[in-house]
Amino acid sequence: MTAHVPALLVVLPLLAAVLVPLLALRSVPLAQLIAMLSVGGVILGAGLALRRVLIHGTWHYALGGWAPPWGIEYVIDPLAAGMALLISSMALPALLYAGPVVAAWSAGQVGAFYSLFLLLVTGLLGMVVTGDVFNLYVFLEISSLAAYALLATGGIRAVVATFRYLLIGTIAATFYLLGVGYLYAITGTLNMADLTAQLATLHTSSAFVVAVAFLAIGLAIKAALFPLHAWLPDVYTYAPAPVSGFIAAVMAKVSVYALLRLLVFVLRAEGAAGQALLLLHWAAVVAVLAGALLALAQQDLRRMLAYSSVGQMATIVLGITLGTPAALLGALLHMLNHAVMKGCLFLALGGVQWRTGQVQLADFVGMGQRMPLTMAAFGVAAASMIGLPPTAGFFSKWYLLTGALEAQDWLAVLVLVGSSVLSLIYFFRVLEVAYFRQPGVQALQRELPWRMLTPMVVLATLVVLLGVWNQVIVTQVLQYALPHGVAWPRT
Amino acid sequence: MVMTHRPLLAILLPLCAAGLILCTGRRPNLRDTWTFLAAGGQCALVLSLVPAVVAGQVVDTAYVELLPGLALQLRADPFGLLFALLASGLWCLTSLYAVGYMRAGQYPRQTGYFACVAVALSATLGVAFAANLLTFFVFYELLTLATYPLVVHRRDAEALAAGRKYLAYTLGAGQCLLLALVWLQHLVPGATFQPGGVLAGKAAPGVLVALCLLGFLGVGVKAALMPLHGWLPAAMVAPTPVSALLHAVAVVKAGTFGCIRLLHYVFGLDVLQALGADMVLASVAGATILLASVRALGESHLKRRLAYSTVSHLAYIVLGAVLGSPAALAGAMFHMVAHGCMKITLFFCAGAIDIQIHRLDIATFAGLGRQMPITFGALTLGALGLAGTPLCVGFISKWQLGLGALQAGHAVFLGILVLSGLLNLAYFLPILLTAFFGPGGSGAPSREARALMWMPLALTAVLSVVLGIAPNAGPGLYHLAWQAVGQIMPGTAPMLLGGAP
Amino acid sequence: MGMLSLGALHYWLVACLLLIGLHSMLAQRNLLKKLMAMNIMQVAVIVFFIALAAKTGGTVPIDTPSIKQVDAYINPLPHALMLTAIVVGVSTTGVALALLIRLYRRYGTLEEPEVLAQLMESA
Repeated sequence: MTAHVPALLVVLPLLAAVLVPLLALRSVPLAQLIAMLSVGGVILGAGLALRRVLIHGTWHYALGGWAPPWGIEYVIDPLAAGMALLISSMALPALLYAGPVVAAWSAGQVGAFYSLFLLLVTGLLGMVVTGDVFNLYVFLEISSLAAYALLATGGIRAVVATFRYLLIGTIAATFYLLGVGYLYAITGTLNMADLTAQLATLHTSSAFVVAVAFLAIGLAIKAALFPLHAWLPDVYTYAPAPVSGFIAAVMAKVSVYALLRLLVFVLRAEGAAGQALLLLHWAAVVAVLAGALLALAQQDLRRMLAYSSVGQMATIVLGITLGTPAALLGALLHMLNHAVMKGCLFLALGGVQWRTGQVQLADFVGMGQRMPLTMAAFGVAAASMIGLPPTAGFFSKWYLLTGALEAQDWLAVLVLVGSSVLSLIYFFRVLEVAYFRQPGVQALQRELPWRMLTPMVVLATLVVLLGVWNQVIVTQVLQYALPHGVAWPRT
Repeated sequence: MVMTHRPLLAILLPLCAAGLILCTGRRPNLRDTWTFLAAGGQCALVLSLVPAVVAGQVVDTAYVELLPGLALQLRADPFGLLFALLASGLWCLTSLYAVGYMRAGQYPRQTGYFACVAVALSATLGVAFAANLLTFFVFYELLTLATYPLVVHRRDAEALAAGRKYLAYTLGAGQCLLLALVWLQHLVPGATFQPGGVLAGKAAPGVLVALCLLGFLGVGVKAALMPLHGWLPAAMVAPTPVSALLHAVAVVKAGTFGCIRLLHYVFGLDVLQALGADMVLASVAGATILLASVRALGESHLKRRLAYSTVSHLAYIVLGAVLGSPAALAGAMFHMVAHGCMKITLFFCAGAIDIQIHRLDIATFAGLGRQMPITFGALTLGALGLAGTPLCVGFISKWQLGLGALQAGHAVFLGILVLSGLLNLAYFLPILLTAFFGPGGSGAPSREARALMWMPLALTAVLSVVLGIAPNAGPGLYHLAWQAVGQIMPGTAPMLLGGAP
Repeated sequence: MGMLSLGALHYWLVACLLLIGLHSMLAQRNLLKKLMAMNIMQVAVIVFFIALAAKTGGTVPIDTPSIKQVDAYINPLPHALMLTAIVVGVSTTGVALALLIRLYRRYGTLEEPEVLAQLMESA
């Protein structure tokens, strides 16, 4: 059984996605339980895989027994195992949280919702474990389609936003596919390891340049890198809470992971891939500030969090493109930390919206007394986003700053500090209004049901724990996830 | 109890108390007991460290490793212990006063108030006992966060605006300090505070200048160096025990403590002198002393006048620290204690006056001195001490500062100190004259403050005089200051007034 | 093969289709037309891959006992890949059409400016 864990990571949620709609027609709680159990199984599997690859090195698994490079291969290295663990760990709270939100829906609709969620998880997991570039496209599209359907459940505005996302997302995936096509044209292989070997002599060919261009643009659109981010704010704003809690936490990150995997691990940052990293660096520098400034301008808190996400994704890309060990560690740590922080923020905000219907800043007056636990979770996650010690956000910011100093990139340092100051302003505004402004009328305290509160509280606690014990994560796991022997281009 | 963990216990104790305070909010007497117990316990813990530190024993423990080579590390050294004694000792008295003040004024949200104060004192001791800049930073930011709800206690528009200003200044400065911290770790991995500094020869002058700028921007805000002082007068909207806490004990002293830590335990005086930064800082401090004193003259609201007086006196500390002679440094460190005692007296008096007549405009104090003799008596002692009158504790630190200025060869700063003393008199005397000799109030019944309020202020006033006559009374604060100076500038012997130790 | 030779014709076709698709997706105002443009763009990529598979003189990649050399068959892999891509395209179109049906039911129009205007009003 354990020999097939790589395949099971993808198969388990896929099977559950098929079973759940049928089960839901019989008994909705049973269907929800099966969904959560399957994700729990993936968490276990990912944990096992992580432990194994940390001890024994990269795990190569040939799907169906067909040997690579002709067969599709799943390659699990510490980075992939960590991402798989992250994806599944963020899916479980979101699934639990979704219970009360879908309680009013019909059995068929609930079944469809959970099934789509599991398909989304399948797609994302597949993207991180696969060792084949076309397979990555397939899983990219699986996750995107499931996401489109899920995001559209949030009402008519969500449908409009999702349609636009669908068009832009398909452009992105098509560009990616085109890039894969060019790579295939010059090397004849789709296997990542084989590509690295074949491309060793082909870095100067024009087809390579085109391939890199298409790949980078396609994945950059999916990662919402400014100025290709336009689809994100509307989508995150109108999505239902459990969906935005999961997608905001994880989805754009998997695209950033794919960028990292392709440009650095596969293409070794040679030639055009190195140039692409440079361009991404400049885009990220602008994006970090742009995201923060745009977030500052928002009164709708969901939209504020969405623009904040744009800025934070750019921060991760900035860390990757800086290339120094500390910057890479910061980027990877921030992927983990931001997922937990943003997930918590979206779940908390969604909870407030579900209970009170309020999402505008001005309506949050006195929310600290009305929904104390929810706002406390929001507060802790916000403190981490600002970067206050000893929360997790402080430490990823530290590594990124150290990386920028190592690379002597003063602009990056300025931009990181600037975005910190800006996020301080726009997050603190919410806390000031919620806790320190006096509401005109004293409203009743009505907290959320336990199934919505527990994930939030767990994530908020995790934010602090990940901060205090960040050294364990960095030295035991992340250190081994870094790429070796790749020379980053310097600005 | 194991010696090595006492600093940690002193930090954790008020945090536990804060939790208990939040739980027992509905029973005011029980709730306030926690504050007294925590204050007393913390003071006892800190006092118990004195013999060991004086004897030269090292109390240094690292806890969680937060970053490669940098752990959350606590150390009780003479300078840190000095600050800790000041903070915990004055908290005991402030807690008595605050209970009296809050109950007399029937303030709402007292539970939140006392809980935040406890957290703030926990953070203050964390700052005092921090062994490296990271630990210092963690507790420094916690201090900001814990004192914000105190500043906006009234929750009206003015208080919220003052709170925003407070956070803008302090958290903005925190970012500068963070950058300095990251850079320091980059240059000198795993550095802890070392007397004499750790940066000698570690980086190019340009880098050191940038680091200097960032670091002093970072700590300069809480130390209220001009032009970073703007938050302090605005923060006077807070209830008076908060102002007493902010001005004498926690926030501003943490700022000057941080300045001295950066000056002598991170950079080192020789590095700063090589850069010329010491004269820049000295000029800024000197300018602040005079400008703030002049500004104080123009304020008719007592608390704002006291705020500018604080800005001026904090600059004394920074000036002394940067002048470079042993006497100046000792004077600076001791002035932290001296100013703390005297200023807290003045703020206690201001609060007592506020409760009685609900006004703090100086013109309205006419004749009040005769009706509130204890309060205004204490105010007189505090004011005279700040001006540097002999027999008050302010005289000792001022004398050492002046001596130090001469020793360092910069007589101009002695002139500034003398001028400032005169200005102090200029802005305090009118208050006293109006109160004691102004019209009205003769024969009227006594409106003295209630016991819980006049006792602490009388005690601190008496303390100011006692320490002025015998600065080594009690835990030997003056000796601790000289011990710290001895670590930084080896070979110096403690001096009392200018001659024999 | 040079850029202007007949052998490169299919690459020009691909480029044209891709640009037509992209341009229409961005410039067309009717949402259904945008969707159709998306399909055209996907077709361009499919043709690109298929073109990669071709060989002069090669036959369809169905295992025939009479043909022994592997080289006589054209490359089957891109064809297989594109079957997948077609399925993906169909699924995407399906989801998009479902969204459009909901939009049409709610707003009675599929012209983007009108939909946005109605959205603004209801805000």
